[in-house]
Amino acid sequence: MTIPAAWYLIVSALLFGIGATGVLVRRNALVMFMCIELMLNAANLALVTFARVLHDVGGQATVFFVLVVAAAEVTVGLGIVVAIFRKRHSAIVDDLHELQG
Amino acid sequence: MTGVLATARTVPDVLVFIASAAIILGGAVGVVASKNPVHSALNLIATLIGIALAFVEQQANFLAAVQIIVYAGAIVILFLFVIMFLGVDRNESIRLEPLSGQRPLAVGAVAVVTGGLIALMAAGGWYSGATSVIAPTDPSNDVGALGKVIFTSYLFAFEATALLLIIAVVGAVLLARRPPASLDAVPRADEHAVAAGEELT
Repeated sequence: MTIPAAWYLIVSALLFGIGATGVLVRRNALVMFMCIELMLNAANLALVTFARVLHDVGGQATVFFVLVVAAAEVTVGLGIVVAIFRKRHSAIVDDLHELQG
Repeated sequence: MTGVLATARTVPDVLVFIASAAIILGGAVGVVASKNPVHSALNLIATLIGIALAFVEQQANFLAAVQIIVYAGAIVILFLFVIMFLGVDRNESIRLEPLSGQRPLAVGAVAVVTGGLIALMAAGGWYSGATSVIAPTDPSNDVGALGKVIFTSYLFAFEATALLLIIAVVGAVLLARRPPASLDAVPRADEHAVAAGEELT
């Protein structure tokens, strides 16, 4: 109830860093998507924390919309992964070098 | 409830916070470090449940329920479905580094950026600004407060999400649909084109 906002914001920053590391390091498109979800959740945690300490329900409403956008993003993103897999038989992003000169 | 930082913390609050932070960060490390995508997805569920725990702790009960239902219940299941559907649950050669030096560079850059972010927030007093601009939170009735604000102040955004969801559904159907040419009598020509394209690269 009375945990300082700073503690949650540090957890949120660390979670965002781990997610960003995953996007940069991993090569599997599906795992990269999961890491993007981690970063979205870090933002959600920060928004809920701000909503609590500033007594403003607008932060929670924003989290609600982020959830909707995340669901839409995952649907389209996984559709793209399936379409690419049909053509290339691989979900590893390094294998997608058709535009290489 | 002014001076949130100054009020006393009780031991259960701290324990719940430590548990949620451990679940969140442990699950996140598991997502990044697991070789098998299925293990990554299961670790992602742990992180999402930890986030829901942190939401409950901050009186966002409705969002915690939505987090479990939408994220852990729908999005991760969609991930697992695609992993099983594509059969990509074999291990990725995580030791192999396609670009030499990219991995330590990425970790170092992220560490610098995250450290800088935390230092900036600490220097800025963590949060600032006016309180209760849209509407005040109501810990005893957070669903009511959230619903009222979504259907008044955020009505346009709410309608836009409806449009977004329709676009996403249509886009997903279009992307996942097999091209009609492959159902006709000329699937060979398509395959030859792909093979020729591969030889050119």
